Amino acid sequence: MSTDFVSTRLTGWGLTAPSVARVATVAPADVAACVKDSGVRGVIARGLGRSYGDAAQNSGGSVLRLAGSVSDVVVDPESATVTASAAVSLDELLKIIVPRGFFVPVTPGTRFVTVGGAIASDIHGKNHHADGSFGAHVRRLSLLLADGTVRELSPTDESDLFWATVGGMGLTGIILEATFAVLPIETSRCIVSTVRCRDLDELLSEMSVGDEDHRYSVSWVDLLARGRSFGRGVLWRGDHARVSDLAPKLAVDPLRYEPRHLASVPPIVPAPGLVNLLTSRTFNELWLRKEPRRKDGQIKSIPGYFHPLDSIGSWNRLYGPRGFIQYQFVVPFEREDALRRCIELVVESRLASPLVVLKRFGAANRAPLSFPMPGWTLTVDMPAGADGLSELCRRLDDVVLEAGGRHYLAKDAHTRAESIVRGYPRLSEWRRIRDSVDPDGIWQSDLSRRLALLG
Amino acid sequence: MQNAFGETQNIVVLGGMSEIGLAIARRLITPATKSVVLACRRPDAATTQIASLQREGVDVRAVAFDAADTDSHEAFVEQLRRDHGDPDVVILAFGQLGDQDRFDEDPATAVKVAHVNYTGAVSVSLHVAKQLRRQGHGRLIVLSSVAGERVRKANFVYGSTKAGLDGFAQGLSDSLEGSGARVLIVRPGFVHSAMTTGMKAAPFATTPDAVADVTVRGLKSGRRIVWAPGILRLVFAVLRHLPGPVWRRLPLG
Repeated sequence: MSTDFVSTRLTGWGLTAPSVARVATVAPADVAACVKDSGVRGVIARGLGRSYGDAAQNSGGSVLRLAGSVSDVVVDPESATVTASAAVSLDELLKIIVPRGFFVPVTPGTRFVTVGGAIASDIHGKNHHADGSFGAHVRRLSLLLADGTVRELSPTDESDLFWATVGGMGLTGIILEATFAVLPIETSRCIVSTVRCRDLDELLSEMSVGDEDHRYSVSWVDLLARGRSFGRGVLWRGDHARVSDLAPKLAVDPLRYEPRHLASVPPIVPAPGLVNLLTSRTFNELWLRKEPRRKDGQIKSIPGYFHPLDSIGSWNRLYGPRGFIQYQFVVPFEREDALRRCIELVVESRLASPLVVLKRFGAANRAPLSFPMPGWTLTVDMPAGADGLSELCRRLDDVVLEAGGRHYLAKDAHTRAESIVRGYPRLSEWRRIRDSVDPDGIWQSDLSRRLALLG
Repeated sequence: MQNAFGETQNIVVLGGMSEIGLAIARRLITPATKSVVLACRRPDAATTQIASLQREGVDVRAVAFDAADTDSHEAFVEQLRRDHGDPDVVILAFGQLGDQDRFDEDPATAVKVAHVNYTGAVSVSLHVAKQLRRQGHGRLIVLSSVAGERVRKANFVYGSTKAGLDGFAQGLSDSLEGSGARVLIVRPGFVHSAMTTGMKAAPFATTPDAVADVTVRGLKSGRRIVWAPGILRLVFAVLRHLPGPVWRRLPLG
């Protein structure tokens, strides 16, 4: 069967660095033929395009969207696992599994990511300290290789290639299907405790004790506040609520799950966008004030707790046509000084938007390119067109790398090949495994070219 | 590849001795930059030009390129790609001004200039465009001139080559729509440079650095045509419509 390719301009979620590729949606059975005809610019798979940078772009080459249906998802309550096409999104999955009493093992701040993307980026969430990243929950996956064959991988069989695929940014092959563990839940609610902290010292010390008592933990930092309020923020910790935690009204239908869509941002937001110092400071002030000083036992819905931004469609457009970057790094716990220095640099720059996340990661997994490692991870969104942003990012890069930290490939849109070499000491090991199954370099992306990931 | 800030990795200057070309390249060099290639007829004579662009971590080099030798252009572009990967920005900066009196005297010299400025530019641009199309991204900056906007008697051979080049570049820009590759046409006025030493400056004369500033701003904002200085756009909107007898009498050098 011949596949219809359409020349399409693609960007990541950050809307920066556009490039044109031949894009097609293909059924799993036709993928091998498309890969065979790919030509010198190669192939990359693309899910929902929620990587912020150029990970799912392949300028001049082919970009494949896998056709997969949620109706083929198999939930096995016995073993608490789900088998799904790589094209299925967490959004689609949650609608099926939450009413049946299960939750995805890991969710990022959006549920609009595919299973394939979740594995390829080895995504993490608020439960990283307790449960690790997505790859830790994958029991098996089928991977289409560069030669057109499909291989079954698991953490025990073909484990080198399995772990090279986890966090491998789609550069080992196309993930077709995966089986992964899901988490039994009694209710679709979370029980959340909140602590509002007046400065960075208080925030970091609150964060440093007590994570182990909760499955979920994450903080927000006001990266525009200066002086006495420098580093003020809010820490939320949560767990899945039990039926006994719910008010009688909610307990009637404890697994009710209805994510809502409030509104969408229109396609054209004129430059320089709506995110600026004034709007961001106002937002931060209101956001902080709405939170209680200290409160336990608040009941929140899954969308309200995990995916608040998903209720606004295309929120990335708020930054205007030049888009934005999401800078995310991790530095080891013992280098809290580097974390503080980075926060200082961002605060001084006045470039931070309100979207900021600070979290303590737990243990790393075996994947050579997996991002999380024990330490502090900070995520901050900034408008890409802002003056001085490039200089700020270079200075942050230096601090992060000097501290033995690294950057998240699924977010990166700015850094250099050297940063990846320094941040990921096992890069050459990953390349060796990758090259063994793709000697001709079929799998390529703008990310792999920009950062010379393939060597 | 370019990054989220529009910073580029591989920069090529066709006409590597051009002061404007070098000034643009200098502004495009960032920590993201890996290579700058100065393509010129005599690469061994480009040592000061190379030195002026040298930065830590950037491979700056001059390579042989003859705009007049159109048969060599395909291989030239292919070699560029092989040595450095995707060219992200290609600056077409070569061009000869010549001397109109000499052209009138010896038309063969006019043919040479026309061949370099127009035919050579068309040839290499098309080969570059082919590569940019294949790679699905990249920018071609074409240094046109207001001299082509309304050609004047004092340099009508040069002016006509720029008029032709400008029209070519506009059409090329349209044809690349949707390919991921884009063209930026730069229309400078009189530029104080080695090319114009000893000449009487025209009104609104500018410098290579000022032209480069305008060009880089145009690249960032995604413009298709920029004028340097910007006022010339208005000036030529008027000049273009002047009656012939008035136009001929204008003291434009």
